[in-house]
Amino acid sequence: MSEVQVRRKQFAVRKLPGFQTTAVLCFVLLYAPIAALVIYSFNAGTNIALWEGFSLKWYHVAWQNEQVQEVTIRSFIIASVASFSATSLATLAALGTTRTENYRGRTAIYALINQPLMVPEIVTGVALLIFFAIIKTVTGYHGLFYLMLAHTAFCIPFAYLPIRARLEGMDISLETAAQDLYATPWMTFRRITLPLLWPGVLAGAMLAFVISLDDVVITELVKSAGQDTLPTYMLGQLRRGITPEVNAISSALLGVSILLVSLFYILRNR
Amino acid sequence: MAGTENTSSVLAAESHQVAIKAFRRNKIRNYRLLSMPALIVLTIGAAGPLLIMLVYSFLKAAPYGGVIWEPSIDGWFGVFLKKDIFDGTISIAAAHLSILWRSVNLSIQSTLLALILGFPTAYFIATRPVQTRNLWLFLITIPFWTNLLIRTFAIMQVIRDQGIINNFLIGWGLIDSPIEMLYTDFAIMLGMTYVYLPLMVLPLYASIEKLDFRLVEAAYDLYATRLRVLWRIIIPLVRPGIVAGSILVFVPSLGAYVTPRVLGGGKHLMLGNLIELQFGQGRNWPLGAALSIFLLCVVMGALLIYVRVAQRGTAEHV
Repeated sequence: MSEVQVRRKQFAVRKLPGFQTTAVLCFVLLYAPIAALVIYSFNAGTNIALWEGFSLKWYHVAWQNEQVQEVTIRSFIIASVASFSATSLATLAALGTTRTENYRGRTAIYALINQPLMVPEIVTGVALLIFFAIIKTVTGYHGLFYLMLAHTAFCIPFAYLPIRARLEGMDISLETAAQDLYATPWMTFRRITLPLLWPGVLAGAMLAFVISLDDVVITELVKSAGQDTLPTYMLGQLRRGITPEVNAISSALLGVSILLVSLFYILRNR
Repeated sequence: MAGTENTSSVLAAESHQVAIKAFRRNKIRNYRLLSMPALIVLTIGAAGPLLIMLVYSFLKAAPYGGVIWEPSIDGWFGVFLKKDIFDGTISIAAAHLSILWRSVNLSIQSTLLALILGFPTAYFIATRPVQTRNLWLFLITIPFWTNLLIRTFAIMQVIRDQGIINNFLIGWGLIDSPIEMLYTDFAIMLGMTYVYLPLMVLPLYASIEKLDFRLVEAAYDLYATRLRVLWRIIIPLVRPGIVAGSILVFVPSLGAYVTPRVLGGGKHLMLGNLIELQFGQGRNWPLGAALSIFLLCVVMGALLIYVRVAQRGTAEHV
């Protein structure tokens, strides 16, 4: 052991008093409320404050609730459409902005793609409400398309970032080699670029799906009557206070989100 | 003979140049075309409507929501001022100012609290062995990717009158009646800190991770105390991270809608709720549009500072 190492042992340069305690406390504070919510969703009693034994009763109640079924299906439809279209568009945009020379307008394209991340959700929501109100009076169409369009738009940056990160790490010489061997641009994309890019695309799709599934503010402002998604339904139920049923739905949704985000991390690190 | 050969080779070289240029132009056009579909959707579904909203802020409010197509500055007038319905005297809109003040005040408070909690946490993660750092970071980001509404519900259950904290304190005999925490400004502040904390930790971590600990060691060699090292060495060096994290927490707090609605119980409004109100019960779309643009400008100002600091930060580290 060198002298320096010995001294390091005696005096921890990196340590600051109280920091480790605060950090541990911070992690506890971050997870304790969520843990409590999940634990109480298994409570047998009607009162969410008193523990009356383990039961899956509230999951069953939520499962049987037709309104919950309806909004859940709607949420998943919107999230699937938004995730698929946002990921497709983001993949194309990533191909057009990554590993290219610095052409005029590229910075502007970045700015526009990342725009939904910078504008507060309430502002985007209100602007869309105004815009869609005009279109609704002109066309008379009140369907789900508006929500799908809005979700696709704000999901694009979330899909774009992991795809771009993946693309940046990819060696362009493989594609150049394919083209040297007379592969058409489509063949190069289909056989070389896309297979290599695929983990990034999947990661982007999952992130977009989670973001769409979790959205409250924009959906709340854009939706027409009878177009509640799971989160806006839960927000509406709040008037009656938090019921164990809402706890059960929350825990289930939490599970879906955590599963998808974990998959996202695994894919990203591949 | 030699002359013509020369010209033809010059011509060939020139046409080669032209071909390369055309090829390059073509490539760039293709790059732009690839981004086009995404840009169109973003323009229709996010950026474009902002411009329509700007127009709406200068129109007259229709009595049952919507607008009348007549130019008017009533919307902008209503952001800070109000006119008495009966005698027409102009006074400051105290209700709006107090909501604005609450938004700014609570956002600053939750930013500071997030900094106090987030700095040690980021420092802790950055000083772990390299192999475990990613796991800690993952633990910080997981709550961030889960539903904001659910996390707000979770906080709500902890601070309710019959919530975990009050039950615990009463159970231990420390207090007789529950401390009222839910539906207060404090609840909103706590909730915003809770939901946006990861946004503080991540940029702080990025800065602290790059910190050169030889400088810290040198300071200790020169007999600096721990507090002095923290104040004079560590904090100045990770300032870009502190500024970035603070802005990333401050900005969404300022525009928060869900957290004040759920934890403020509809009585303690913030700017986001005031805006929503104009499109719901308030039925004053131009005022709502003007308030939105006002919020957008404040947020853009804060983000501009963020970009400046971030650029300076990278320049210093390179």
